[in-house]
Amino acid sequence: MNASKPTLTLGPVLYLWEGERWRDFYFRIADEAPVSDVVLGETVCSKRLHFTDPYYQPVIERLVAAGKRIVFSTLALVTLERESHYVRALVADSPYPVEANDLSALALLEGEPHWIGPFVNVYNAATARVLARRGARNICLPAELPASSIEEIVSQTPGIDFEVLAFGRMPLAISARCAHARAKGHIKDNCQFVCKDDPDGLPVKTLDKQSFLALNGVQTVSFTCQSLLAELQDIVASGVARFRLSPQDCDMVAVARLYEDVLHGRMEAEDALARLKRIYPATPLSNGFHHGQEGAAWVARARNIAHGANA
Amino acid sequence: MELPRPLVAPLAVVPIPLIEMAVKHVFSSLLKRHPALFERLAEHKVKRYAFSPADLPVVFVVQPSGAALSVMRKPADPAADAVVEGPLFQLLALLEGRCDADALFFSRSLSVTGDMEAMLALRNALDGCEIDLPRDLGASAGPLAPLVSRTAEAIRRRALAGENAAWN
Amino acid sequence: MELICPAGTPAAFREAVDSGADAVYCGFRDETNARNFPGLNFSREELGEAIGYARRKGAQTFVALNTFMRAGHERLWYQAAADAVRLGADALILADFGLMAHVAETYPEQRLHVSVQASASNPDAVNFLVEAFGAKRVVLPRTLTISDIARLAGQIRCEIEVFVFGGLCVMAEGRCALSSYATGKSPNMNGVCSPASHVRYRHDGGDLVSELGAYTINRFPREEAAGYPTLCKGRFDIADASGYAFEDPVSLDVMDQIDALREAGVSALKIEGRQRGKAYVAEVVSTLRKALDARPEERQALLARLKLLSEGQRTTSGAYEKRWR
Repeated sequence: MNASKPTLTLGPVLYLWEGERWRDFYFRIADEAPVSDVVLGETVCSKRLHFTDPYYQPVIERLVAAGKRIVFSTLALVTLERESHYVRALVADSPYPVEANDLSALALLEGEPHWIGPFVNVYNAATARVLARRGARNICLPAELPASSIEEIVSQTPGIDFEVLAFGRMPLAISARCAHARAKGHIKDNCQFVCKDDPDGLPVKTLDKQSFLALNGVQTVSFTCQSLLAELQDIVASGVARFRLSPQDCDMVAVARLYEDVLHGRMEAEDALARLKRIYPATPLSNGFHHGQEGAAWVARARNIAHGANA
Repeated sequence: MELPRPLVAPLAVVPIPLIEMAVKHVFSSLLKRHPALFERLAEHKVKRYAFSPADLPVVFVVQPSGAALSVMRKPADPAADAVVEGPLFQLLALLEGRCDADALFFSRSLSVTGDMEAMLALRNALDGCEIDLPRDLGASAGPLAPLVSRTAEAIRRRALAGENAAWN
Repeated sequence: MELICPAGTPAAFREAVDSGADAVYCGFRDETNARNFPGLNFSREELGEAIGYARRKGAQTFVALNTFMRAGHERLWYQAAADAVRLGADALILADFGLMAHVAETYPEQRLHVSVQASASNPDAVNFLVEAFGAKRVVLPRTLTISDIARLAGQIRCEIEVFVFGGLCVMAEGRCALSSYATGKSPNMNGVCSPASHVRYRHDGGDLVSELGAYTINRFPREEAAGYPTLCKGRFDIADASGYAFEDPVSLDVMDQIDALREAGVSALKIEGRQRGKAYVAEVVSTLRKALDARPEERQALLARLKLLSEGQRTTSGAYEKRWR
């Protein structure tokens, strides 16, 4: 557990943002966003790697110059040989800590200080302790964990940091099949990178026109955006060290400032939520997972209800 | 396979209490012979289940915990937590776990509405019980047992032959 | 190759053994396994009897403890492991690292299989589980082609089991929270996907409408074969088009590939379906047993009849075929 003040982490961009746009996003983060750590790197689809390759050098330089700590993310689903090679090379060559998002990265990182991403299943302290013994220093817990599990895991796993997704569409599933490509009449092997046309995901609605999910290449994310603002202080009290902001197609600098203000008690959560809705207006907010309910749910006045539910 | 009309027609005129008495007897003897059913049903044993054979003019409603059963003439709107509808032979085959409920449902032969968890619990509980209607009915028929068993078996063989033909 | 068969009840278990299973897998009647459905699964006593029955007939019993331990309630899983070991399970099928570590430490002689829910999809991942927990076998995710499997087999130090028939997860298993997003209950945490408690069927005109929680998952016109309201097999709207966004309501069947699987180095073929009835288990197991023992040219005729038992009454070879991606 970390006794110092909790900090913000910018999670990896999960969507395919083309090179210059991706670069400019991180430049602005470096210059303006109050985040301490920045997790960089393609996490969803190995076919996308070449889009951002040429821009890593300038992005890293700018972030480091701004005092941000860099962490490299690995792929969430590793099946092809070239994907295995990519993860091995990343682990072998990275000058920065690596965040494992599948078991192969986890295996390769044994003995080195590393991070564990939200795509590795950590549902209990027994698992967290296994990972800590192998060198994990920071674990970003899976999105579907309720507050009761977070509290238990953090309190029973001393010596490492825990992180919770506080903003962003929740990663819900990943597949060998690309639903995004299929929706546009292609298969994965000839996808023509159609996912780049949907920088915030491609909405999936029910037949009755309810907004439900969004496609991001081989990944499926929630339509709603996880927003733990009213819960921040309670989560801090349970010993969580970091809060992750997952980049969406909105003003992420403003989002980071908002969370920083609430974290430091400079803004009331209710006020921050109202502002957040203006920053990211098209997407409904949710916090159901945290309260042990369906992930899409919004639990208003969360604190009281959470206590009732846990009683 | 559906029941032939000459077999069904009399049910339309038989007084409900008579049907009820006959079926109640079967139901309570089944429950007695298969106590494991309750264990598997757990909290769902208090639910009311309606069985509506598509080829009969009546609906059966059972509540396992009270060994309660009632029969209603169609069109009926039974107060039930869950309703399953399909040809009688399929409902009986399901009772014995001789047909796969999922396969019947996928094929749209069966329709289920209401409390799906209760219905699933019942389906699984029945499937786990190894109910054998000819044997179980025979056991409760006293001296007539061999006759009842043999007749029921003959009917089942014919019905299942029909089902298998439909599967292939 | 071994034939590994599902059983949700002792009755189905006996059918599986009698129909030619080399091993039957099953779970306790609680959230320690990923088919935690009402009315299904085994009490301790039933498992003991089932293991004895299998032994007498020369079959093995694998016990699935393949959900992730709920923080603070680990005892439920530890007790389940202790009981399965005590009752003589031939293997435990596990997904959670914490539970794997516990079993490897407490029962070093116990054979440990890696559940598909652990999502070990590449050689580094599998070898990690072999080294860290002494895993003897891995059940591979349904995300790999047969050539992926062959390549993997050459690089790992344990046996390979693959799914060949039954329900098909479209998403990488053990890494899917679609169900809990809509219902609050997930395979990983509660052992259920798209749970019956949240399912509703509604008749709308001639259509059958299926709903999960607050969401419409599908609408079947009168004559169309239906499916479970499993999220990943629902019909949705994307832009202006309606259709199956992830996968049609089909199930997996790669029995026509068994020679290729054998050559790829697969040791065991797994049938999905602990939630299906004993009639299904008997039919599928006996047919696949015959197919396994038959000459290749005889197989198609044997297998054709299984299609009608399948979801949507159609089957797919899924990720085993590259174009599926």
